[in-house]
Amino acid sequence: MAQQDIVLDIRNISKNLGGKDILKDCSLKVARGELKVLIGPSGAGKSTLLQCINCLIPPDSGEIILEGTKLNPENTRELCAFRARVGMIFQDFNLFDHLTAIDNVSIALRKVRGMNAKDARDRAMEELGRVGLANRYLLYPAQLSGGQKQRVAIARALAMDPTVILLDEPTSALDPELVGEVLAVIRDLAQNGMTMVMATHQMDFARALANEILFMQNGVIIEQGTPQALLAEGAETRTRDFFTKLLSDGE
Amino acid sequence: MDSLSVIINALPYILGGTFVTVGAVGAALAMGLCLGVPFAVAQVYGPPLLRRLVALYVWFFRGIPILVLLFLFYGFFLSIGLPVNPFVISCLVMGCTSTAYQSQIFRGAIQSLPSGQLKAGRALGMRDGQTIRFIILPQALRLSIPGWANEFSILLKDSAVCYVLGTQEIMARTAAIAARTHEHLALYATAGVIYFVLTLIVLKLLQKLEEKVRVPGYGTHGSAALKGA
Repeated sequence: MAQQDIVLDIRNISKNLGGKDILKDCSLKVARGELKVLIGPSGAGKSTLLQCINCLIPPDSGEIILEGTKLNPENTRELCAFRARVGMIFQDFNLFDHLTAIDNVSIALRKVRGMNAKDARDRAMEELGRVGLANRYLLYPAQLSGGQKQRVAIARALAMDPTVILLDEPTSALDPELVGEVLAVIRDLAQNGMTMVMATHQMDFARALANEILFMQNGVIIEQGTPQALLAEGAETRTRDFFTKLLSDGE
Repeated sequence: MDSLSVIINALPYILGGTFVTVGAVGAALAMGLCLGVPFAVAQVYGPPLLRRLVALYVWFFRGIPILVLLFLFYGFFLSIGLPVNPFVISCLVMGCTSTAYQSQIFRGAIQSLPSGQLKAGRALGMRDGQTIRFIILPQALRLSIPGWANEFSILLKDSAVCYVLGTQEIMARTAAIAARTHEHLALYATAGVIYFVLTLIVLKLLQKLEEKVRVPGYGTHGSAALKGA
């Protein structure tokens, strides 16, 4: 484990909003092909941390290093290039409401990657096929179910060939019966070696697939370890408490 | 001469004024559209100083009646030695006023969009300019159509006051003939009908446009949603 291929190196990110510390000195390293899962009660700062990583919320301090290159968020060109390499999946999908599924996936290919319309469409169709929505490509977001919307959003991120994907509670806005189809897509990605950081409350998913779980509370990563270690029978961890509580609340 | 023959005789002349009205209102709306969109974008996304400047502009032109502005511009043009063409001044005054109103229609539409749209564009690596142009404005402009139709119908009727400068539009020509023939009722009724028909035609066209560019499945409030339910 000494010489891991670190893709994303986040160092000492802090964020204060309205006099309140939302994030305090959060650091994490993600190696290639790893899935890191952020868990913790709502308000813990998981979403803020993910959005600080690609500067949708600019952090007050800290360093963001992608494949060895430190990001300078002041440089717009650099920031855009960085974001194009970091996929983002939102809790509420954020599909472009006026565009069909295929245009949602292809627009950044054309406007950011400079692809011509035909190549972009071909690529978009490929990604829609990968998430099982090739036959829905002409539908608008309002005509899709929540699960389908989130799969289009995943296809949109994948089309950019991201180095790493950030997933901000991708299943939290979904009806229970639609969670499975989205998790299945993410599971495929994980098994195919996509590097990901995911905030979620899907504990079974985290236990089965995460390389590491990071437990956040009050803006601090307070526990960090493999699911086996943190969730072991008898382990006296906050993660295990939280896990047990979610299970008893959920049933 | 009876009323009918007065109207028939006057009609070509008044209808000629319709072209002037349509020209002036069209120019003013076009100016308002071309400036109102960037003004709205500036007011929502611009740096603080620019926002304040736009707000000041809107404040000024929404705060003063068109009638007052017409004389104000007229006097201003005179005082700096510019040629005073009533048609040009009318277009300019209505254009400046409409820019103020339209910018607020567009601003409201932009601000009604969920913030996630901008975030999603940024997250994909688009520059803010690209996100605004390809993501925000196409949605905001669709939402603006009903408000814009309102602005059109108000401006068309406000354009009647431009007759005070001698702009040869519907109202000026009607007033001129009425003064000569004293057939006030019949002539102003005719002018009213012309305004009414113009409004009706354009509002119908805008309604068609609204339906045509509506995003399928999206924003189906009202009857369309009820039918589906």
